[in-house]
Amino acid sequence: MSRLEFDHVTVRFGAGRAALTAVDQVSLTVPSGQIVGLVGESGSGKSTLARAAVGLVKLQSGRVLLDGRPVPTSGRRPLQMVFQDPNSSLDPRMTVGESIREIIPPSLPAAQRWGEVRRLLDLVHLDPARARAYPSQLSGGQRQRVALARALAGRPEVVIADEITSSLDVSIQGTVLNLVRELQAELGLSILFISHNLAVVRYVAASVAVMYQGRIVESGPTATVLTRPDHPYTRRLVAAIPAGPRSGPAAAAAGDAPPAPASPTTPIRPPDPSAHSPRSLP
Amino acid sequence: MDATSTSLDRRRRAGAPAEAEDSPPAAGRPDLDLDVVAAPSGHRLWAALRTPLGATAAGLLGLVLLTALLAPLLWTGPAEAIDTSNILAGPSAQHWIGTDALGRDLFSRVLVATRLSVLLALAATGIAVGVGLILGSAPVLLGPTAGQAVAWLIGVAVAFPGLLLALFFAVIFGASQTGAVCAIGLAGAPSFARLCHTMIAGVMGRDFVAAARVGGIGRGRVLIRHVLPNIAEPLVVQATMGAGSVLLSFAGLSFLGLGVKAPAYDWGRLMNEGLSGIFIHPLAALGPGLAVVLAGLAFNLTGETAARSLGLAAQGGFVSLARPQRPARSAGPAPAAVPSTDEPARTVLTVEGLEVAFPGPAGPLRPVRGVSFSLAAGQALGLVGESGSGKSLTALAVAQLIEPPGQVEAKRLRFAGTDLGALGPRAQRHLLGTSLAMVFQDPMTSLNPTMRVGSQLAEVSRQHYGLRRRAAWRRAVERLAAVRIDQSERRARQYPHEFSGGMRQRAMIGMGVMGTPRLIIADEPTTALDVTVQQQVLDLLRSIRRQDQVALWLISHDVSVVAEVCDRVMVMYAGRIVEELPIERLRHDARHPYTRLLVAAVPDMTTDLTAPLPTIPGRPVEVGQTPPGCAFAPRCPLAGALCRSSDPELEPDGADGRVACWRAGAALPGSEPAEAMP
Ligand SMILES: Nc1ncnc2c1ncn2[C@@H]1O[C@H](COP(=O)(O)OP(=O)(O)O)[C@@H](O)[C@H]1O
Ligand code: SF4
Ligand SMILES: [Mg+2]
Repeated sequence: MSRLEFDHVTVRFGAGRAALTAVDQVSLTVPSGQIVGLVGESGSGKSTLARAAVGLVKLQSGRVLLDGRPVPTSGRRPLQMVFQDPNSSLDPRMTVGESIREIIPPSLPAAQRWGEVRRLLDLVHLDPARARAYPSQLSGGQRQRVALARALAGRPEVVIADEITSSLDVSIQGTVLNLVRELQAELGLSILFISHNLAVVRYVAASVAVMYQGRIVESGPTATVLTRPDHPYTRRLVAAIPAGPRSGPAAAAAGDAPPAPASPTTPIRPPDPSAHSPRSLP
Repeated sequence: MDATSTSLDRRRRAGAPAEAEDSPPAAGRPDLDLDVVAAPSGHRLWAALRTPLGATAAGLLGLVLLTALLAPLLWTGPAEAIDTSNILAGPSAQHWIGTDALGRDLFSRVLVATRLSVLLALAATGIAVGVGLILGSAPVLLGPTAGQAVAWLIGVAVAFPGLLLALFFAVIFGASQTGAVCAIGLAGAPSFARLCHTMIAGVMGRDFVAAARVGGIGRGRVLIRHVLPNIAEPLVVQATMGAGSVLLSFAGLSFLGLGVKAPAYDWGRLMNEGLSGIFIHPLAALGPGLAVVLAGLAFNLTGETAARSLGLAAQGGFVSLARPQRPARSAGPAPAAVPSTDEPARTVLTVEGLEVAFPGPAGPLRPVRGVSFSLAAGQALGLVGESGSGKSLTALAVAQLIEPPGQVEAKRLRFAGTDLGALGPRAQRHLLGTSLAMVFQDPMTSLNPTMRVGSQLAEVSRQHYGLRRRAAWRRAVERLAAVRIDQSERRARQYPHEFSGGMRQRAMIGMGVMGTPRLIIADEPTTALDVTVQQQVLDLLRSIRRQDQVALWLISHDVSVVAEVCDRVMVMYAGRIVEELPIERLRHDARHPYTRLLVAAVPDMTTDLTAPLPTIPGRPVEVGQTPPGCAFAPRCPLAGALCRSSDPELEPDGADGRVACWRAGAALPGSEPAEAMP
């Protein structure tokens, strides 16, 4: 498949005193056929980086390359994106079949398009008969699978998934994560998987990059980054992982333990991510 | 207003309806952004037209349109028949509102004039909408720079009075029928342009448009395929309302002699002709006038009814997206029959048989069905479940914040040693205001955006504890510091939007602990926050609970959040508690199949990377479609005949928990028995 490369990408919003550098000189590579996780707090620039890649926001400087060439912005789009909230990313007035069909490249003869829609729905484990349903008739998890099918309709080589499980219930998050892994294995897709949930990233991505205040501060194999975090922010991130329901008594014991991490001197105190961050340019 | 209702009213004012579903985690509720893109609204429209006002308006409009269609066919004869022997006659049995200067029957003329009057009004409205749509979508098609210029022009044009604009154009186009149509159409265009611009910008900002763009769909096609269908409904509604006023304006122009010219006639010209004899034959002028008013009303009211059903407020052609919502307190729970005596002294909250019902199309819906639990001082109890399972409603019901038509019933509802149902509204409000704190998912909508954070906190102390202004402010600053907001003195003077999400949530908690709460109810307090910030908020809740022996009730869809803070956890499914158990048993010793599947579905840092994640098949039951037996039966791998016919009660599980399952603890297919039962 294809390799996605961010080469010193900078994105700036606004101008003059109010300018805000949302993405600052980011270089990141998603190797062909691999899933790379991108983690970081909200406002750290993850979504902006994703939107820059697909041309929804303008680059201030730098390049986004696909196999060493600029990403085409017309015709067939080899780079597709899946959004966080499936309630908002599907047109409520269109059947899911139409939403998917619309993205199928014009090179496919009209007669074969509905067949392709059915194939795609089947690929994401939805009943092809659901093509006639409106988004409101589907559950959140089903909608997110439709959104995945739509992204795949563009025959992409690279998919950017921006927090695609964050608005889903835990009970359906699993199905979507399984699907992501399966699609990657079957279709050999390259995926940039954005999430703020480390356990989720650990499950799908072999390598991970950590974004903080618009910069990539650390990257490497997921296991290494999670067990031996290098950058202070990554360390805080790893320390902040809720213990998890299946860690059992360890978590519960905290209930009777002295208030260890609760004192005002707690190291878990990232800089205030409000609008007045140090990124505001003079 | 007390702390809890203050925050909740604000939440409602911000547009969040209290509905039977929990908000989906993290994401904002889509239906709040712009009602125009909410899911199919045909049935709401239909329901609105069946109200007395809606039916009257629609009936009237139907009558007007029918007259426009038929009158020229039926009454052109009498309307044009010249009878010189009977000129300028008064009302009679033959001529209900008299005759004109040529002896023609005025009533027939008014009826026949309906067609021209309505057609011209519709044509002018069409122009207004068409030009408005083109101007309004220009920013999309032209790109940002030219778009800004167009938007600015629209803004300037809107500022001109419409009638002045119409007269101006009428002079330009000359006094003719076509000229008047263009004049009125163009005069109405700016407000429609602004309306379209606002609505289009709203739809353009949504992810489905971004997805289409990423998919290679051009701007023009995006506009036609995605944007227009999503604004069509409110636009048609606004146009209907607009047609009413256009009808009036047109009558005005014709009346002034700037519109329809003889021999054609519309209502305005009939009024003009009748005016000369108004003192002798008032009906000759009033007849067509009444027709204008009636037809105008018909259009206006129909549009207005439809707009209301779509959740748009009509304001001079603009859509206001905020629905006015009056805060109201709930009907109290049924008073407990017997005062409780068997309650341990440290119990803060006792809930027994709590039910919440809403009227539905086919009988009442019961999103909460018989919830019972109790909570002691210093205890932290979690409540987990999928969205829509009734978690938030349970919390709102306990806090007496369910709005009518919602109904709360409980066999017993005791808080801080007092029967809530037995208290009067004032006493109840005071008790809840001082002893109960609530924290919601989105602190931005719970805080008043126009008030300094410190003042909002201080208000609580002044209301409930009668503190003076200065003392209340000092306490507010101190509480902000207590919830670990740095530079609390400075921060207190800031507005909510100057706070980050985590700080707002801490400020909300600070507001809750202005007094000395006995219970904190936190509903998805960290769902909208990042992991690191989430951790701070959880730490804060934990430490407040420990220091002050406050009871904490933490509601979350995220099992791991609850597992971290709470000592016991309740699992909710389809409006019932299906299991309650100590947190340390959650991982290996949960007995209910749903709990076990839920826990297994969450990946954590030890999840096996080589196997697919376990998932729960099917989807949650909808409220109102609860099956007769166990609600989980359609998804349960253990379901048997008994499960499908009768609903298991929540009963002691033999250890220190409660479970509602006929086959509690039985091994799940595909899992090692050791995992299921120790
Ligand atoms: N259209 C915009 N205009 C101005 N600032 C923006 C815009 N979009 C995003 N930002 C800002 O850019 C920063 C990065 O945001 P985002 O990419 O959404 O982060 P993340 O994906 O990590 O949540 C934030 O400070 C955000 O407020
Ligand atoms: S009662 Fe039956 S259907 Fe319900 S959870 Fe238990 S085993 Fe499953
Ligand atoms: Mg984001």
